[in-house]
Amino acid sequence: MIRFLLLFSRQGKLRLQKWFTPIPEREKKKIIRDMTTMVLSRLPRSCNFLHWKDLKVIYKRYASLYFCLAIENQENELIALEVIHRYVELLDKYFGNVCELDIIFNFEKAYFILDEFLIGGEIQETSKQMVNRSIEASDMLQETMEEYMSKPAF
Amino acid sequence: MSDVVERTLTALPSLLSLDSQSGSTRLSSTSKLGSLIRGITELTSKHDEEKLIHRELASIKEQVSSPNTSMRQMKELMVRAIYCEMLGYEASFSYIHAIKLAQQGTALEKRVGYLAVSLFLNESHELLLLLVNTVLKDLQSTNLIEVCMALTVVSQMFPKDMIPAILPLVEEKLNHPKEIIRRKAVLALYKFYLIAPNQVQHIHNKFRKALCDKDPGVMTASLHIYLQMIQENPEGYKDLTGSFVTILKQVVGGKLPMDFNYHSVPAPWLQIQLLRILAFLGKNDQSTSEIMYEVLDESLRRAEMNHNITYAILYECVKCIYTIHPKSELLEKAAKCIGNFVLSPKINLKYLGLKALTYVVQQDPKLALQHQMTIIECLDHPDLIIKRETLELLFRITNAQNVTVIVEKMLEFLRVNKDDYTTIDLVGKVAELAEKYAPDNEWFIETMSTVFSVGGDMMQPDIPNSFLKLLSEGFDSVEEDRKLRLFAVDSYVSLLQGQPGKLPQRFLQVISWVLGEYSYLREELEAATVLRLLDKLLDMKSTSSETKSWILMAMTKLSEGGAGVSVAKEVSETYSSSLDTVLRQRAQELQHLSQDCELRARVLPRDAGLEPLEVDSSLSFLDGFVSEALAAGAAPYKPPHQRQEELAQAKALSLEPYGLSLPISMSSCSIADRQSPTLLSVSSGLSGDSTDLSHKGGSKTLKLDGVKRVWGREGYLAQREPLEESAHVEVPSPLQSPSQQGEADSSHSQTPTPIPTPQPEQEKQQLASSLFVGLGSQSSVCLMGKSEPTPQRFRRKAKGPVLSSGSSEQITNSLVSTPSTVNNLLCDNLLDSNITSELAVSPLEQTSQLSQGPTVANGACDVELTDSDMRESSPSLIRDNGVAGADQGPHEDPDGPKDLCLSTYLPAELSGLCHSEITPLCSNQSLDLSACHVQEEESLALVIFIYNSSDSDIQQILLELDSDELEVSCVCDSPVQEARSHSVAVCQYSLTVKRPSVHVEVVGTVTYQFPVGTPQSVQFSYKLPLTSFIRPLTVSTEEYGTMWLDFSHDTKQKLTLISDGQEPLADTLNVLKKKLKLHVVEIIGMEGIVACRLLKDQPCLMHCRLHAGTLSVWLRSPVPDLPDCLMYHCQRALQEH
Repeated sequence: MIRFLLLFSRQGKLRLQKWFTPIPEREKKKIIRDMTTMVLSRLPRSCNFLHWKDLKVIYKRYASLYFCLAIENQENELIALEVIHRYVELLDKYFGNVCELDIIFNFEKAYFILDEFLIGGEIQETSKQMVNRSIEASDMLQETMEEYMSKPAF
Repeated sequence: MSDVVERTLTALPSLLSLDSQSGSTRLSSTSKLGSLIRGITELTSKHDEEKLIHRELASIKEQVSSPNTSMRQMKELMVRAIYCEMLGYEASFSYIHAIKLAQQGTALEKRVGYLAVSLFLNESHELLLLLVNTVLKDLQSTNLIEVCMALTVVSQMFPKDMIPAILPLVEEKLNHPKEIIRRKAVLALYKFYLIAPNQVQHIHNKFRKALCDKDPGVMTASLHIYLQMIQENPEGYKDLTGSFVTILKQVVGGKLPMDFNYHSVPAPWLQIQLLRILAFLGKNDQSTSEIMYEVLDESLRRAEMNHNITYAILYECVKCIYTIHPKSELLEKAAKCIGNFVLSPKINLKYLGLKALTYVVQQDPKLALQHQMTIIECLDHPDLIIKRETLELLFRITNAQNVTVIVEKMLEFLRVNKDDYTTIDLVGKVAELAEKYAPDNEWFIETMSTVFSVGGDMMQPDIPNSFLKLLSEGFDSVEEDRKLRLFAVDSYVSLLQGQPGKLPQRFLQVISWVLGEYSYLREELEAATVLRLLDKLLDMKSTSSETKSWILMAMTKLSEGGAGVSVAKEVSETYSSSLDTVLRQRAQELQHLSQDCELRARVLPRDAGLEPLEVDSSLSFLDGFVSEALAAGAAPYKPPHQRQEELAQAKALSLEPYGLSLPISMSSCSIADRQSPTLLSVSSGLSGDSTDLSHKGGSKTLKLDGVKRVWGREGYLAQREPLEESAHVEVPSPLQSPSQQGEADSSHSQTPTPIPTPQPEQEKQQLASSLFVGLGSQSSVCLMGKSEPTPQRFRRKAKGPVLSSGSSEQITNSLVSTPSTVNNLLCDNLLDSNITSELAVSPLEQTSQLSQGPTVANGACDVELTDSDMRESSPSLIRDNGVAGADQGPHEDPDGPKDLCLSTYLPAELSGLCHSEITPLCSNQSLDLSACHVQEEESLALVIFIYNSSDSDIQQILLELDSDELEVSCVCDSPVQEARSHSVAVCQYSLTVKRPSVHVEVVGTVTYQFPVGTPQSVQFSYKLPLTSFIRPLTVSTEEYGTMWLDFSHDTKQKLTLISDGQEPLADTLNVLKKKLKLHVVEIIGMEGIVACRLLKDQPCLMHCRLHAGTLSVWLRSPVPDLPDCLMYHCQRALQEH
């Protein structure tokens, strides 16, 4: 089972956090701090796996953004790496050539995509088309509400 | 800076719902979120950021609470609040508004509302209760998207107690025409299963339906549940093996729709999930394993593409192959696969290769040998993670020959490692290896010294404890013990003469104990010298008060002679006014004992060995005091939680059903009532302040295992007459040996030396040969946790009940020869047989001896004579005929002994009681194991039948049982050593529950040996429901009332009522009584109270109330988990009815 997913920049700025098990706030902050320092201090050509307490941490860098996934000990590290990759693919498909800024300014969309992909720490849907279809279905609502859209927000 | 952002923003594709060009400009200029983000990017200092965010939060707060804010604006505000929380600033004021948004918004706003809720709250948050209604409404909505949203939030977080409210709706969704809804419903149920397994107990058959769903996505989702359930109970799902294999075959064969492919590999996640399930199913089960060989082979063959995802599948495949019953062909292929991993230039694969090697090396040590050069390279890898993994592998292949090299490598790593968790783990491993394989005393002491200094104060406390225990218990040779202790003293004295300030507290404690206890062994070392060294420790600022009390204790043991007394006096004066009561206590002891040599010799005898001290756990010596106090009008003792409860009752309306009976029972409280259910186990260490010196054990170790501490710290008696509890009490010694100093120093003060990276090949070869010594194919390998061919240096003395059959022969014989006129005839028979067959007693006869044993001892043999005689004489007759026992069964029936036959082998004292069905455990070509359990009044007996189906006798049968949940003790006269050809041997164990669980399991290993041949072993497991341990508890209604309030663990649930009769409540309770052996205390109108206990004496109370056609049941017990488990069984019992 996946315990949490963090996205942070090279400067250690958090871009997205998802916790799949209940963790107290204080502990979360500590984990975020530990993860950023641990991952950012890794030398090039090291492996993508780390240990943190009894968890395994899998991280991967995409451009300026680090994706960092913590899994339980008996899980398969390589498949976790592919979970990250699949998530990036999904983001890419949705945003079209995704970059860090897309995620910064539309983080709620990134969360929606994540919720369609992972649920409760398990893979929910591995088919790329399916995930996108359900995201698009929700987004369709937006387009049909023209009246809604024409009103300025503020 | 802002310029850059501006430009990038305009370049952003139209992502938000806003339409193309104007959208992106609006996003950057007018969107509040956009400007917030931009604002933050422009800032340079953390302080500025804080100011900005606080301003932002203040404005959000103002707007959300304004009644004029529309839901649309609210949605925007929520997104901003989420952003602020992500940056680490609390926005708790917005939580309630997030819930409101989810409740009142239209679909889009709702989605943001749900998202905010799932990010802000976790499942224990109280506000979540407010969401229940919204979820309920949305689950019933006709809008699919709303249903999806509700299911998504439910499977992320939902209050455990509210599950029953939405469960029917979620269940209903399993039949929904849309697959996405079905899939989400399955995942929601998976979540429920994880947090409250007994709530979804009744829908297991619906999971099967989901597994057969025509949509692969739904089927995949159901595998999460199956993986979990199979992991917990593989036996229950063996019948599904075929289905899982078929699914995997289809997936591997590419039968799924194309969009499940990932980088042209068919549904890799599904494959991995299935492989893990198969591994659980095939473990220790040959016939099940055989079903999956083909598909595993296929998976290995198909996964040939050079991509991470195929390697992930291969890795899982290899793990599965090595977990299930082995097949040599597959093992060979898997080994080759591991080779590819290890030799791969990709570092991630190398890492996994090492992991796989670690996993399989116990079964296949040659594999490690094959890759020894790669392993050596990894040992010097710049990546610490790779290094750490390599050490893990080496740990598994350590034996007496390579231990020094491997431990050295581990210590080297420890000196550079910075991660505490790894240090703690590795230090424990080093200590384990050192204890197991130490080549000599010097090495052992030095290694442990390094462990203590590197491990510091974070290491597991049982490392120093077991080290001290090892030193004090000693081994088989007195001379060896003396040498080891002497060496420890020498090396510690020289350490203290160096720079003790750098040593961790735990190490100082060990040092002071050892010096106190054993420094007398070094005759030329004066006690005064040691005292001065210890005194120096006391004066150090860094020394903690716990360490100080260890030191004072050591000084007490050493304060002898003129110089000693003066030091002692000085020290005790300093500390007798300490604020720390424990220190003050120790100082007082030091003062008194240093002046009174005789008393000290009695209290702290030198080299006292380890006679266990008798501890009066019931504190009966206080009974007089207590009854006097009670007579004088003192209030009886109440456990703290009871006091609290009473206090709470005084304040609020009583909602407890039995509050009324409380005051009555309190006044009649007797001494016996002090056995309160709060059983704190006594912690070892220097707790508790003692004035009662006569209780002090000196250097003896108090045997506190299993002793229940009746009084909590708050107990009123503890203040008046405290109980001595010090586990380790230290004493003194003198010694000086400069010769050792250099040596000891070198082991501690080694500075972290960076590992030279490019080593000459030759050196590596040398290292390899020292690391992999003893791993050759011809020599048997010593692996952790396996049988140990080389003698251990520090072998613990055997203690307590030994499960294996050590001296069983003598025991049985002595039992047999117990004079008893009634059984004379029989005894003679048996003795005869002993003589004729020399020591090879046929197991059958042994059984009869066993069953006879207790009978004779009880003197009740005449009563049972008819029954047992019949049974016992028949086998001996068969023996007289020269045929091995039980020949009628096996010879005619090659499948093995039948249930019927086996039941005749039940020990006589159990034969009258009802026993469970005799179930086969495992079998191979030579042994068939079966077992059953027998419920006795006060215990549960597990009987294991070992049937030897081969043609030769089996010797040295050793049966070892273990369980996480159970305490297993051998009924001492039953160990079996031999089983003759085609005969049955019987072992009997008594089980008690340590930790309640719905089903409890015993796992065991039988090792045995044919006259010719190597030792073999078979593993098995036996499962039994918790109900076997449940017995009625007869109590009166008043007693019930008192107990009810004392118990702290409870659970409530509604159960279905059996309503076909006149009195549904009585009928239902009778069913429970019959099926679960509960005792119905009383039925009053619509309510009933029931009591039972878990063997031996763990009560559990049940309160039932009829309510709107259902039975609300409330279970309470002092034992955690017991109410939950019992609830599960009640539910089952009523369903089956």
